Amino acid sequence: MAQHNIRVPFEEGVELELHAGDQVFLTGTIFTARDAAHKRMVEQLEKGEALPVDLTNQTIYYVGPTPAKPGAVIGSAGPTTSSRMDKYTPRLLQEGLKGMIGKGYRSQEVIDSIAQNNAVYFAAIGGSGALLSQKIKSSELIAYEDLGTEAIRKIEIEDFPCIVVNDHKGGDWYKESQAKFKQT
Amino acid sequence: MKQITYETIVGEVARICQEANYDLGQDVIQAFENSVKTETSEAGKSILNQLIENANIATTNRVPMCQDTGVSVFIVKLGQDCHITGGSLHDAINEGVRSGYEEGYLRYSIVDDPIHRKNTGDNTPSVIHIELVEGDELEIQMSAKGGGAENMSALKMLTPSDGLEGVKEFILNTVREAGPNACPPLVVGVGIGGNFESCAYLAKKSLFRPVGERHEKPDIAALEEEMITKVNKLGIGPQGMGGSTTALDIKIETAPCHIAALPVAVNLNCHASRHKHVRL
Repeated sequence: MAQHNIRVPFEEGVELELHAGDQVFLTGTIFTARDAAHKRMVEQLEKGEALPVDLTNQTIYYVGPTPAKPGAVIGSAGPTTSSRMDKYTPRLLQEGLKGMIGKGYRSQEVIDSIAQNNAVYFAAIGGSGALLSQKIKSSELIAYEDLGTEAIRKIEIEDFPCIVVNDHKGGDWYKESQAKFKQT
Repeated sequence: MKQITYETIVGEVARICQEANYDLGQDVIQAFENSVKTETSEAGKSILNQLIENANIATTNRVPMCQDTGVSVFIVKLGQDCHITGGSLHDAINEGVRSGYEEGYLRYSIVDDPIHRKNTGDNTPSVIHIELVEGDELEIQMSAKGGGAENMSALKMLTPSDGLEGVKEFILNTVREAGPNACPPLVVGVGIGGNFESCAYLAKKSLFRPVGERHEKPDIAALEEEMITKVNKLGIGPQGMGGSTTALDIKIETAPCHIAALPVAVNLNCHASRHKHVRL
């Protein structure tokens, strides 16, 4: 498995170099959004409205952080379960979304949609929010403030560690890696 | 009759809510350390080491180990010779949660209604189970229970002909389907018997036992050990990235049940198995 240091937002064609199982360190800016923000974004698109952010080549991190303590950039900030966003994901990929960071399985429809749109799904370590928050250098509220922890934030990350789970070829690292260790 | 004030309970609940989220129990840390030695996947070992590092950062910096600071679940043992003064026990616990989550910069993860879904803004109401017991003590056990693992939990009304084999299969299927979603390595809580609602409570209650401790009944202890071995052969591994550490522990509790029934509930807990208790 290869190791990559990648800039986000994605530069043209970089996603084609990433394969299921690769270790990746992301640096740059990404957006946070989880259940309620996804629902609202897709509702806006269905009404023909513009999204609060242009998703072209962007990455969404599925996270609802804890409140920042005085002097801190952000609170604990690990990934939440991605499958709850599956219903909304193909629509956002059509808008140019390139990367997603979360944890857990995606539906076959999402895996196919990732391949069709040359996108990538990364997993970060669930339940390591204290460790991952140290990779976040700034946080700015962008939209849906009323959603509290579920609002959209723009965050600046540095060497944020994650693993490629689903790639542009339809690869699935969960399936491949677990098969090697299955004994029953 | 012993008297305990409302304010005392508020203060103690606020404290344990914060400690549960900052200080992972030594039982879980020990289980991580043991698993690093036995884990067969290098990636799995690396994940386990990062979880130990995460727990250390949380304790040192007083920051929650996980952003999902959970539903606050309480199992309270109230001695029948103990009297709460100055307000109700339910109100005192919720007031403690409100104050602990605010002071501790913990996340508010509760919505007021499952359909309209507006955040209550203080992580209340909590889920409170009160058992009336002999004596004059008040024991409060608190768990910060994350949503990801709770979502992958399941209950099934098996029947006697399904037998123990049916129970084992249901446990394995629940863990298999949860895969990485429930944040393995897991602590698996199992309830067998009782009825529909008490079976779920047995499973939840089992998760309050320390990781690494075996059941006092030898047959249940043997079943726990057998299921730990079987679950760890599923190959899911830490974070579902493959490996031999899918569960840190499996806890089983049983109860009498109807002649027609064999209920089984599997309540999954993520590796951030956060429990604290106080005795007053």
